[in-house]
Amino acid sequence: MHQFAVDPLYAHGVTLAVVIIALARVLIAFAALMGSVTLMIWFERKLISDMQSRIGPQRWGPFGILQTLADGIKLFFKEDLIPDQADRFVFKLAPYLVLVPALITFSIVPIGGSVTVAHHTFLLQVADPPIGILLLLAMSGISVYGVILAGWSSGSKYPLLSSVRASAQMISYEAALGITVVTVILASGSLSTHNIVVTQADGIWHWNVIRLGVVPFLIFLTAITAELGRPPFDVVEAESELVGGYHTEYSSLRFALFFLAEFMNTITMSAIMVTLFFGGPAGWVPNIPHLRWLFPIIWFLLKTTTFAACYIWFRAALPRLRYDQLMDLGWKKLIPLSLGWMLIVAGFIASKAWGFGMIAALLLGWLLLDQAFRLGQKRAASLDSFLPTVGERPVRGDLFRKRSNGEKA
Amino acid sequence: MIAVALTIPDVVVYVVAALMIVVGALGVISFRNPVHCALSLIMTLFGVAIAFIEQEAQFLAAVEIIVYAGAIVILFLFVIMFLGVDRRDEVRVDPLVGQRAFAGVGVVITIAGIIFLMARSHWITGVPHVATGVATKGNNSNVQELGRAVFTTYLFAFEATAALLVIAVVGAVVLARRERASTLESSDA
Repeated sequence: MHQFAVDPLYAHGVTLAVVIIALARVLIAFAALMGSVTLMIWFERKLISDMQSRIGPQRWGPFGILQTLADGIKLFFKEDLIPDQADRFVFKLAPYLVLVPALITFSIVPIGGSVTVAHHTFLLQVADPPIGILLLLAMSGISVYGVILAGWSSGSKYPLLSSVRASAQMISYEAALGITVVTVILASGSLSTHNIVVTQADGIWHWNVIRLGVVPFLIFLTAITAELGRPPFDVVEAESELVGGYHTEYSSLRFALFFLAEFMNTITMSAIMVTLFFGGPAGWVPNIPHLRWLFPIIWFLLKTTTFAACYIWFRAALPRLRYDQLMDLGWKKLIPLSLGWMLIVAGFIASKAWGFGMIAALLLGWLLLDQAFRLGQKRAASLDSFLPTVGERPVRGDLFRKRSNGEKA
Repeated sequence: MIAVALTIPDVVVYVVAALMIVVGALGVISFRNPVHCALSLIMTLFGVAIAFIEQEAQFLAAVEIIVYAGAIVILFLFVIMFLGVDRRDEVRVDPLVGQRAFAGVGVVITIAGIIFLMARSHWITGVPHVATGVATKGNNSNVQELGRAVFTTYLFAFEATAALLVIAVVGAVVLARRERASTLESSDA
């Protein structure tokens, strides 16, 4: 097992210099996140227009890179509307409930190794709390409130529908997400994100994506995409059904806050994925004096950007799932799969015999469950239909075509 | 009896947590709108989580937020939204005769019990804490100790709770399904 270390910054007591370094870390992380959000929005618009054979933003700055800034300034000067029917306090509170968790989650991401400035050695991450990765689950739980309350407090039907969808979707996928995180914790033996990264530092074969089999990573990727409400899981803001989504009634800065949070979450979750499965800042470091600290950061940025690009690619390539497909995928496929895979990983950590025994037990269990489902379906089918029909049955497709062609059915 | 050295940060954190808990709790019973009540409940839960962290029980704090704030209150909100929040309860009429008097008696008994227990023992539940003698230095905190205790010493209680929850879920499904099937049969007949 690895020897786990605490953040060395606090090892020698808290002095003024330590406080200043801690504050500087917070400020730098905040500024970097804000900067990367503006870049991310531009990147998404540019990449998606490339994929759709459009030009995309091009007016402001080279390659339109200042477009986000221009949009931000425009939104800032727009009129701030609050609907008459809205619950004023909750309506104003909701955007912050989305934004603050997005900011806090980023604080546990290790961006690089450790750095020594003025005789103080510290980790390149804002905080390394003992609960570590659990903070991600807690914060994704809180950000659901922002979405639900935004929809509810608008005092309007479609946003409410959107927020009910959002709450159902996020709670469903949180289960699969949590179980996959447990799988990672099993392999790393620690909750702290720093230690999770440290256990993956010995080369590409020690990265969790390979060590755990690729399945947990795929489940995590799916679940986190659904948790973010990004395409193809964006039924929460399905424009064609819901006008806009939970933020339909928002305008001006509050509207901007929702989108800021969404893109911030996209970046943070890419970073979390890199941390959990791809070794975080781990990578090849050439022996250049005084610059060795820089390479982990570059590796981290490269990996994170790759995943951010993946999200954009999903948005361009995949059609939106229907609501029932979404629920089926979450409850009937991802949760059993992640649970089973976690048991297999736990078995192999105990011993090889337990691992293979667990695989056999799971196969047996799956066969039994499948048989049970078959029997259940037969019984359900024998009752014909569960709900009594109301009014006339809709006309069958072939009859409808005949009728509209003027033939008699 | 218990000698505790209090520092200024301890006091500040305690006061903040206690204020959040009490104000939130008062909000839960005094707001007229159920959604605002649920929000106050979240504030109380956060206060409790802060109190847990102050006691170095970080894992409990995280679980408090993930399970209670992240799932249970969300379900409350879900139900409130489905049932509609416009219905105001008439608070002047008691559904049960004399329930106010009974509630008062209940409050007095509860507070008296808590004071009695606090005066007599160090631990309100009477059980010494699980992570006995574990110095919470280093990064692994008390999560490992807690896990070890739950999966060895208290394994039976843990599995019994799990079984209880599964039984509750299966029972709920069975009850909900049976009603539907019986209405179908009666409509067929």
